[in-house]
Amino acid sequence: MKNGILTFIAGAFFGAGLALSGMTDPLKVTAFLDVFGFWDPTLAFVMGGALLVFTTGYFLLRGTLELPANPGEKISSNLVLGAILFGIGWGLGGFCPGPAIANFGALRSESFVFVPAMALGMILVQRIYRIDG
Amino acid sequence: MNSDYLYGFLGGCLIGGGSLLALIVTGKIPGVSGVFGRLLKPKENEIHWRLIFLFGLITGAGLLFALSEQASIYRLPDGRSWFVYAMAGLVVGFGTRLGGGCTSGHGVCGMGMGARDSMLATAVFMAAGIVTVTVFRFLTS
Repeated sequence: MKNGILTFIAGAFFGAGLALSGMTDPLKVTAFLDVFGFWDPTLAFVMGGALLVFTTGYFLLRGTLELPANPGEKISSNLVLGAILFGIGWGLGGFCPGPAIANFGALRSESFVFVPAMALGMILVQRIYRIDG
Repeated sequence: MNSDYLYGFLGGCLIGGGSLLALIVTGKIPGVSGVFGRLLKPKENEIHWRLIFLFGLITGAGLLFALSEQASIYRLPDGRSWFVYAMAGLVVGFGTRLGGGCTSGHGVCGMGMGARDSMLATAVFMAAGIVTVTVFRFLTS
């Protein structure tokens, strides 16, 4: 019960942060990627803030709490190919998974197209590559 | 300083704080593509926290949309049809699961924990995004 409430609060922080930072607006995201056009660096400030809090907290608490170790794996062709495909879709739609799902909170119909398509892509890859967990 | 940058930084702190809290409580790395994708092929004992986290995410964003003028509501970029959005969703779903993470899983959590593959993945998807936006601009302008 307590863990459930804390997990909900964690998600709510995350969603509120996405909305406050402007990252739920695909125009802000594509503007960050538009380096050769009208560049808007906001996303760099978002990542900077997120990394500052997360990294500081992780390395401070790692000694006292049982936290997962560095999840790094050997670099694989799947990692690179997946990142390329993700980047293409990200640039096309201005949406990555978090903001797409968060936009359900705005009850905007666009999420109802993007998120099911994203789920289909995930199911496909999980079938083809037999990714389990 | 542009107030967008300040709200971006503050929002980023909330994202980082939420990710850290979820990591502590669940012991799992809370990248959104993984949290969502693994629901599509769920393990019995891991369904609950994933649903609760995503429900919280939608609620938190919804609250901000309702209460704050700063919260950016979705605007559809010019020249993009529903078909483009569906294709983008498909490729994002495929790519994030194949590559093992998205902006939060690799970009915040993985990089924040010092994972080298996450640093590479983040550099690659940002570069691919920049190329895509640039090409899209040329084609539609």
